[in-house]
Amino acid sequence: MTTGSAQMTAANFRSGINPDWCPGCGDFGVLNSLQRACAELGLQPHQILTVSGIGCSSNLPGYINAYGAHTLHGRSLAVASGAKLANHDLTVIATGGDGDGYGIGGNHFTHTARRNIDITYIVMNNQIYGLTTGQISPTSRLGMKTKSTPFGNVETPLNPLTQAIMNGATYVARAYSGDIRHTTALIRGAIEHKGFALVDVFSPCVTFNLDNSHDFFKQRVVKLEEQGHDPQDWKSACERAMEWGDTINVGLFFQGNDIETLGQREPVLEKGGPIAHRDLAITDEQRERIVRRMM
Amino acid sequence: MAGSFDFALAIGGEAGQGIATPGNILTRLFIRRGLYFNAYNAYQSIVRGGHIFLTVRISDEPVYTHGDKLDLLLCLNQDTMNRHLGLMGEGTRAIFNSDSINPGNPRQGVELCPIPVSQVSGSRNRLVQNTIAVGATCALLQLDFTILEDSLKVRFARQGQSVVDENVGVARAGYEYAQQNFTPFPTALPETDQPKAQWAGNDAIAMGAAAAGVKFYAAYPMSPSTGVLHWMAQNARDLGIMVRQVEDEIGVANMVMGAAHAGARAMCSTSGGGFALMTEAVGAAAMMEIPVVLVDVQRAGPSTGVPTKTEQGDLWQTLGASQGDFPRIIVAPTSALDAYNTIPELFNLVDHYQCPGLVLSDLLISEGTFSVVPDDIDMNPAINRGKIITDAGTGNGYQRYKDTEDGISPRALPGTEGYVHVISTDEHDEDGGLISDEYTNPYKRRAMVEKRARKFNDLEGRVASPALVGPADADVTLIGWGSSEGAIREAVEQLAEEGITANRLQVKWIVPFHANAITAVVNAAKKPIIVENNYSGQFYRYLRSETGLTIDSHIRKYDGEPFMPHHIANGVREILAGKADVFVPYQEVNV
Repeated sequence: MTTGSAQMTAANFRSGINPDWCPGCGDFGVLNSLQRACAELGLQPHQILTVSGIGCSSNLPGYINAYGAHTLHGRSLAVASGAKLANHDLTVIATGGDGDGYGIGGNHFTHTARRNIDITYIVMNNQIYGLTTGQISPTSRLGMKTKSTPFGNVETPLNPLTQAIMNGATYVARAYSGDIRHTTALIRGAIEHKGFALVDVFSPCVTFNLDNSHDFFKQRVVKLEEQGHDPQDWKSACERAMEWGDTINVGLFFQGNDIETLGQREPVLEKGGPIAHRDLAITDEQRERIVRRMM
Repeated sequence: MAGSFDFALAIGGEAGQGIATPGNILTRLFIRRGLYFNAYNAYQSIVRGGHIFLTVRISDEPVYTHGDKLDLLLCLNQDTMNRHLGLMGEGTRAIFNSDSINPGNPRQGVELCPIPVSQVSGSRNRLVQNTIAVGATCALLQLDFTILEDSLKVRFARQGQSVVDENVGVARAGYEYAQQNFTPFPTALPETDQPKAQWAGNDAIAMGAAAAGVKFYAAYPMSPSTGVLHWMAQNARDLGIMVRQVEDEIGVANMVMGAAHAGARAMCSTSGGGFALMTEAVGAAAMMEIPVVLVDVQRAGPSTGVPTKTEQGDLWQTLGASQGDFPRIIVAPTSALDAYNTIPELFNLVDHYQCPGLVLSDLLISEGTFSVVPDDIDMNPAINRGKIITDAGTGNGYQRYKDTEDGISPRALPGTEGYVHVISTDEHDEDGGLISDEYTNPYKRRAMVEKRARKFNDLEGRVASPALVGPADADVTLIGWGSSEGAIREAVEQLAEEGITANRLQVKWIVPFHANAITAVVNAAKKPIIVENNYSGQFYRYLRSETGLTIDSHIRKYDGEPFMPHHIANGVREILAGKADVFVPYQEVNV
């Protein structure tokens, strides 16, 4: 990641398009926090590529002044991985929702974490399918009544934090979008981190999920930083990620600083700059080697 | 027909018996002597057991198919003997291990060549029979033993001197035993002064991508496309190519799209089932206007189908890949060398038009192995990346999807200062903003559909139209597409020998489709016959939809094996005699 010299503010990262999210939507807080984090890091808009899938939260790339790709449902991490490997000078940030990332994109989530590719992944987790007007998502609580579960959800919600930690993600955090300062700090840490970083953000859907409201989180969230949690402690991170009840932990659960990223393990990326900018021609020496192997 | 020397041998056995090694030793020996070869491996989706049958046809002139007949059969097990001996004719030989294989009753003129392997080799190792058979083969071909010895030294050098010595010793025993006991073939293996190289079609596809400047390749292993992944993985570090094996084909295609969006030439390969998963990305690439190349190496379907068998059955799948109404480029190369040359050409097109490009290979081309003249491999083809903005701009007024006169909007790659923009799979405005967020503005929607379609107005003129080969007034016109060119070409030669004149038209570009040129050929033909490797006539239905032409005569095959020349020649005879409209040849066991 390279940083620009000009003094940046969150306003520099506003695209000029007003979000079409519902008034009170938690996603506003996430967008605001991301813009602040980029400004605090001194990034320039052209250095950033945001990649999203489909859903309310996946509209985010349109609202931030940066390169953006609003791709297919569940595919943000695959597209982001390709872009990052092709041009590792880019700061690549994938954004989306819980249905997009943990449901339809679940396979890519698992494997992107495993690869420890240097991407920041921000999931606006509202525990509901909002854009399709209110059905259960992979993180909806057991028993939740929705249009697709009128008698209550009978499927156990998945835990994105333990899943990410166990699968090899090297920065795993949870935020509540109503706390902009805390969310900004966690996103900033994720972008600075070398490796796959998940920031799962509670981002209440004020229209379709009345269970997990702003009030619900305000009454429950407690910061790990204030509880003496050591994010280097992998086992403790798993345990703290499994706690859910009258209090719900937010903050940095796990950070592994000494684990090589995919880019660091790939000899092809070692020298010569981003592959997207390299000379395309095959040299005479390369040609000779190839033909010799065929004879 | 091939040159003055036209010889085919086959090695049969079960998976795990090591058929590839003798096959490889022999083909390398042939290309070192400057001979051409064409090899087809009929195999099963099984790691051990079953029946594997490798046919290698050799000549001093180019050979375009594995042919119709066998001169030499190398039996590694009883099953091979039982299946194939009955199909061997006058003047042929069958080598087998008489310790474990019974010959049965050969037809008249077949010389049985039994070798008591354990006695000749002094070894109980099962694999020595393969090396003995290679030695015996060289003796029957009147080859000097030192030539085989040199080949074995190169082949086993890495495994140490003792392995080299053991193999040379065993091969010599087989060679000498054959010299003493069997009749050599009347014509000795010839030699030309131009050594050849060898590749499989999948190697050719991968190399074409490397020559095109592909810097990102991703795949999920799937027969018969996996060879492309293997070549890429083997050569990635040398060539600076990022190669990834990805969790599924959905991830593959989307990762390739991300890499292409960031500016790398990017490609993936799969077979029909994997391509089914990739299709959402085909539409996404079209909508976001990202140049990507996806290769579908067809195998027999539907569904998992017959994983190790060939078919031309995915034409409609590629034509209909992804929802919506949009153009894409589709090409079906006619040979390995053609596939090699086509990939860079296709990349120039997809970069120019900023769109997905699809390649229809099949098992016959991709897993066949072929000789190639090294000088025919142009590793520095023309590369044209289309309209890419490279200078730092002011940031004023850049529109990624600008509605230009030719429909092509200059691309700015992420990271370029001053051209920040968003691309989207939603329908969007010229600046990338979503149209669905403003009451789905019908004027803008129409303009964008037309802009994307207009890009392709001059596509047909940018690629070669199919050419009619042969006399204009021929009795029949054989129309094929893709990989069947070799078999059709040789069928024409067979028919000529019996006085039936035929010309041929091999269609390679599916989109663009040269409808006028093809219509002219069909209208001028006395008897047009369409040849394709599927049941329902996918190509014919497409041709009819694009030209309005009705053609009554067809030769089709859908048993999993490729056409052999005589299948087509037989079909022409039957059709000319009025015995069939749709001729479906039976596949002999001899493949």
